[in-house]
Amino acid sequence: MSEKEIKNLEEIFDQKIARDEKIEPKDWMPEKYRQTHIRQMSQHAHSEIVGMLPEGNWISRAPSLRRKVALLAKVQDEAGHGLYLYSATETLGVSREELYEQLHSGKAKYSSIFNYPTVTWADIGAIGWLVDGAAIINQVPLCNTSFGPYARAMVRVCKEESFHQRQGYEIMLTLSKGTKAQKEMAQDALNRWWWPSLMMFGPTDDKSTHTAQSMKWKLKRKTNDELRQQFIDQTVPQAEILGLSIPDKDLKWNEERKSYDFGEINWDEFWQVVKGHGPCNRERLQTRVNAWENGAWVRDAAMAYAEKNAERKIKKAV
Amino acid sequence: MKDNLIQYILGIADNSLILGQRLGELTGHGPAPEIDIAITNISLDLFGQVRSYFQYAAQLSDKDITEDDIAFLRTEREYVNVLLVEQPNTDFGYVITRQFLFDQFHYLLLSALQQSTDATMAAIAKKSIKEVSYHKRFSADWMKRLGDGTKESNQRVQQAVNDLWGYTNELFMLTDADKQAIAEGIGVDVTLFKKEYYENVAAILEEATLEVPTQAFFQKGGKEGVHTEHMGYLLADMQYMQRTYPGMKW
Amino acid sequence: MSDKKEQKKNWPLWEVFVRSKNGLEHRHFGSLHAADAAMALENARDVYTRRNEGVSIWVVESKHITASNPEHNGELFEPANDKVYRHPTFYDLPDEVKHM
Repeated sequence: MSEKEIKNLEEIFDQKIARDEKIEPKDWMPEKYRQTHIRQMSQHAHSEIVGMLPEGNWISRAPSLRRKVALLAKVQDEAGHGLYLYSATETLGVSREELYEQLHSGKAKYSSIFNYPTVTWADIGAIGWLVDGAAIINQVPLCNTSFGPYARAMVRVCKEESFHQRQGYEIMLTLSKGTKAQKEMAQDALNRWWWPSLMMFGPTDDKSTHTAQSMKWKLKRKTNDELRQQFIDQTVPQAEILGLSIPDKDLKWNEERKSYDFGEINWDEFWQVVKGHGPCNRERLQTRVNAWENGAWVRDAAMAYAEKNAERKIKKAV
Repeated sequence: MKDNLIQYILGIADNSLILGQRLGELTGHGPAPEIDIAITNISLDLFGQVRSYFQYAAQLSDKDITEDDIAFLRTEREYVNVLLVEQPNTDFGYVITRQFLFDQFHYLLLSALQQSTDATMAAIAKKSIKEVSYHKRFSADWMKRLGDGTKESNQRVQQAVNDLWGYTNELFMLTDADKQAIAEGIGVDVTLFKKEYYENVAAILEEATLEVPTQAFFQKGGKEGVHTEHMGYLLADMQYMQRTYPGMKW
Repeated sequence: MSDKKEQKKNWPLWEVFVRSKNGLEHRHFGSLHAADAAMALENARDVYTRRNEGVSIWVVESKHITASNPEHNGELFEPANDKVYRHPTFYDLPDEVKHM
């Protein structure tokens, strides 16, 4: 294809997206669109799968049967969401195994938030409330993104995720109405998860490289800073209901902006974790690698059995 | 009579509790996310059953207790699950074999329990048996995949069968609570389907190209509250919150 | 028992179709990996019907699906655009005629 032809195709492609038409896997798409989507969708899928670990850490210690089944169901949903997203990524011609390989080798990224440890039960509440809360804000616009399989996967994810945040908030509510020890546990969790949650929206707009392109492809509808502000504005009143205080001395209502002003995010910490030096990066990755490697003989067995069975069927037919 | 029924309920429910706990440990660590989801589903089914049984037991009790008191606040000697279900997740071969050996029993137990003269027990059995039919199919299918898969998988799962076989006989021992519940028409005489159990198990092992162990030595004790050394750690984990923060609501 | 370690094969991809209740068609729900059809059904049940979404499941290995090529969309689908006589509104009838 000549450069001119490609340019022409790109124009048609851009117009299609501008008209809110969806792009489907077999449609022509610019190579950059394909690569960006493989990167973002697989990163999203990896986040779901790695995200099972910090919460999974408390399944065996959940304090009541009711909490235990809710947590099991939630972590299970995350596996499901990872699957939906891997499948959507696979429609672009990359295999699940390649995607795992990218995760396991450290080439692919996942959400940095999961590199923080869950040290008390209240962390399970804080994750549901804050981390899922932030994730929902990031994810809801993706239900209308331009790539069909991604949009469809996200519709399902968002529908299922609505219980996750409520589950977390309910845990926080119970703790904050509980004994002194429980309330302290809740406050401590909020203190530790607040800033990392704000970092989930990514670098500030002036430092974010992908935003313009992502906006055009509807991978993003609002900028990082806008989404972060939205999260803060909706979360502060929720903290007040809990009677917990947000660990930011600069946080205050700005009447003019009708929004909260907030303090400086520790970007050094952000980049440190992104680059692989958070408290749990090594452990999380190693856990995934172990699960995959220890499962190899199981996957091979199932495949060998399936092949033998298929042969047996053919023999029977002959 | 009521105390005996409570004890009888525990004899059934503790198996689901401890096995559910073991399966819950696996969430996030399975050989593929698809299998992870399936195993978690089984765990959720078992905890659902546990809650029905324990809520009923709490209601029967003269003391002011909840399902969580029963689940989390007994001493090790008071848990009466069989030794089989507390065995660790050594590898996926052990996980599936443990599940298979239990599901085959669980299904027969619930089939009979549906006829219990105690309406609540019969109702729980009726609801649970649909779940357990699925578990039974799932674990039997995987026994065949692992047994008749590769040479490595065959060896691994055979090892698991050999190691766990010694815990099967305990499934068919009757405690005093069992005997009394049977006499009252509430309980199930599990000895009646022991033969059927071993026949069903043998048939699937054979199909899975696995050998049926011939050993005659069996372990017992769980039903009397004397557990393997694994149990203490499982409970330390499971009871951690309730023990560290006594009397709080979660 | 032959062990073919070298030619490692991954679980193939399957497409999942779920009938959410009787009277409705099976709809494409998504995909998953499984070694064989039986496992694909089990996985589909666990992955896609956790919230009571279905009464019937179909699975088909993705490679068995033949898809039309979007590049041929013009010749395949556009010719139907101007065949308005296939639609009832093409025919003018007086308002007095009922039940038609």
